[in-house]
Amino acid sequence: MKLLEVENLNTYFNTSKGQLKAVNGVSFDLEYGEALGMVGESGCGKTTCALSIAKLLPKEGEITGGRILLEGVDLASMPESEIRKKRWKDVSVIFQGAMNALNPVMKVGDQISEAIVLHEKGSKEAAKRRTGEILELVEIPAARGSNYPHEFSGGMKQRAMIAMALACNPKIVIGDEPTTALDVMVQAQILNLLEKIRKEFKMGFILITHDLSILGETCDKIAVMYAGKIVELGTVEDIFERTAHPYTQRLIACFPNIRGEKRIPEGISGSPPNMLALAPGCSFAPRCDRKQACCETLEPVGKQIGEKHFAACHFALGGGAIE
Amino acid sequence: MKKRSLIQKSIYAVITIFAVLVFNYLLFRVLPGDPLSMMMRNPKATPEMIEGMRQLFGLDQPWYVQLYLYFKNLLAGDLGMSFYFKQPVSSVIGARIMPTIIMVGLAEVVAIFAGIIIGLIAAWKRGTRIDVATLGFSLVTYSMPTFWLGMVIVVVFSVNLHLFPTSGILTPGMTYQTTGAMVADYIRHLILPTLTMSIVLIGEYALTMRNTLTDVLSEDYITTAKAKGFDNKYILRKHALPNAMLPMVTLIAINLGLVVGGTVQVETVFSWPGLGSLMYEALRARDYPLLQGVFLLVTVSVVVANFIADITYSYIDPRVKE
Ligand SMILES: Nc1ncnc2c1ncn2[C@@H]1O[C@H](COP(=O)(O)OP(=O)(O)OP(=O)(O)O)[C@@H](O)[C@H]1O
Ligand code: SF4
Ligand SMILES: [Mg+2]
Repeated sequence: MKLLEVENLNTYFNTSKGQLKAVNGVSFDLEYGEALGMVGESGCGKTTCALSIAKLLPKEGEITGGRILLEGVDLASMPESEIRKKRWKDVSVIFQGAMNALNPVMKVGDQISEAIVLHEKGSKEAAKRRTGEILELVEIPAARGSNYPHEFSGGMKQRAMIAMALACNPKIVIGDEPTTALDVMVQAQILNLLEKIRKEFKMGFILITHDLSILGETCDKIAVMYAGKIVELGTVEDIFERTAHPYTQRLIACFPNIRGEKRIPEGISGSPPNMLALAPGCSFAPRCDRKQACCETLEPVGKQIGEKHFAACHFALGGGAIE
Repeated sequence: MKKRSLIQKSIYAVITIFAVLVFNYLLFRVLPGDPLSMMMRNPKATPEMIEGMRQLFGLDQPWYVQLYLYFKNLLAGDLGMSFYFKQPVSSVIGARIMPTIIMVGLAEVVAIFAGIIIGLIAAWKRGTRIDVATLGFSLVTYSMPTFWLGMVIVVVFSVNLHLFPTSGILTPGMTYQTTGAMVADYIRHLILPTLTMSIVLIGEYALTMRNTLTDVLSEDYITTAKAKGFDNKYILRKHALPNAMLPMVTLIAINLGLVVGGTVQVETVFSWPGLGSLMYEALRARDYPLLQGVFLLVTVSVVVANFIADITYSYIDPRVKE
């Protein structure tokens, strides 16, 4: 059985300006110990995807379709009271901007151990001990658990958040830009740490980021999102060496190659579409240099172009022509 | 670290009180009509008597000597003589302080509890009809003129329903068989002014509570707590309230400092013999020493309340400990 299978997930926000299809038919899966990277421009639905899997959507957000199978059990249709038992124990989240994700008036150690007490039903002492261990695991001295968040540096807060996410040995950890606010050294340190822990505990890991370059090093698979859809999905090699989708190509071109010749990264001209009023056809069409007439009327569906390689483009490289 | 900041804060409080005392002193020198002008209006007052008065009040001395004497007397607990009551100011105030503390203090306690609960419900049910209703109630009571509310309450509960007496603190001319009977009579008199005062105060607490709690509930750490699998009640109790109470503590402390000042409006409407009505009487009689004494008490208790708020805050908010 797969650890996680997301099938045709749809998550919409009810806004005052109408329905916003933030996640629009997303499918992927994840094996034990596997890491999936998710990239895409701001607003393409990465966080919404993560919050849907953890069933943490705000009031105005709703999963309107699809299934989220965790070890074969559908979370999408599960009632809140059941979900609560699964949160953190099965799926934990390292939130975007961990700076504010810690309660400022509660000791860091207590914030970790309260979750252990809740899910492991053990004694307070056992939870405390485990908290100390898990803090040491992310290279924070156990004694610092009695500090308050403001006494931690940014990197330490981030690591404390990671420790918290690992506290109940979850099956899946979702990191929503867990390192964005940190300097490169700390970022590398934290990503290495996460990789080590993931492999050791056979944890599934979903890493969300803007930064394609860090995915290559830390992930097994990459999903490229655009306007609420996964436009390309494949192994790291598929994505970087057999790039199929024009958007992925442009994303890769955005990142300077240290070893390559000196040039200014291209950037992607145009801007992401208005998610409230998506035109028919391919959402990337206005920015695409490979587009043909059919792109503006016919929505491309994901098609398999390699063993684990999918792309949603009529003119995906390596695949056939229009179906 | 902690001790140092405590000492530092105490020093600030003392300096503030000193400044307040000087200001208070100067204010009453600047006000039109010194104590003697009242005397001089009395046709029977002879120049010798006036001169005697001048010496008695120390008005023949240079200003710095007067200021020195003022502080010296103050330290000895001597606030001067009340013109109107012909008694030491301290004993006039002493006789009026308890009714105020009981009435306004009780009203504060009621308002704080009710306000916090109302604000909490409103924030929890944000955007629903309950929220709109509590918001409306708070805004209306908050902006309602106090004396008007007092009069409405008198009309409804005393004049129409005959449930409670209209004014005073005990029924005049009544002889009580037991202490219990007296206490009961006191309480019957206490209810309406306390009710009026509470209604006036609830709005501010409810609104502040609602707004801070609404803000806190949208914070990231609340999402974290939810992600950890806690239910709403636990999140509210362990994560939201400790944060939302921080601004409430300041508000409560400052308002408690004002308790001593009583409330001129409510005490006047209900003839409640407290410091608020005393202030009004002193003002009407131009009883400057008495007025000065009441002002002094009020300002000092506000400073002390702020000081206590500061200290409490540093205990409940780890971020301000240093
Ligand atoms: N609570 C909400 N109410 C309405 N719309 C929302 C809400 N949260 C997100 N959206 C919209 O849903 C879309 C996807 O947002 P999401 O936060 O998932 O993007 P993201 O890919 O995580 O972006 P970023 O990289 O900036 O974090 C955006 O268009 C956003 O405006
Ligand atoms: S479907 Fe057409 S417009 Fe869309 S990415 Fe492919 S080529 Fe470009
Ligand atoms: Mg995001």
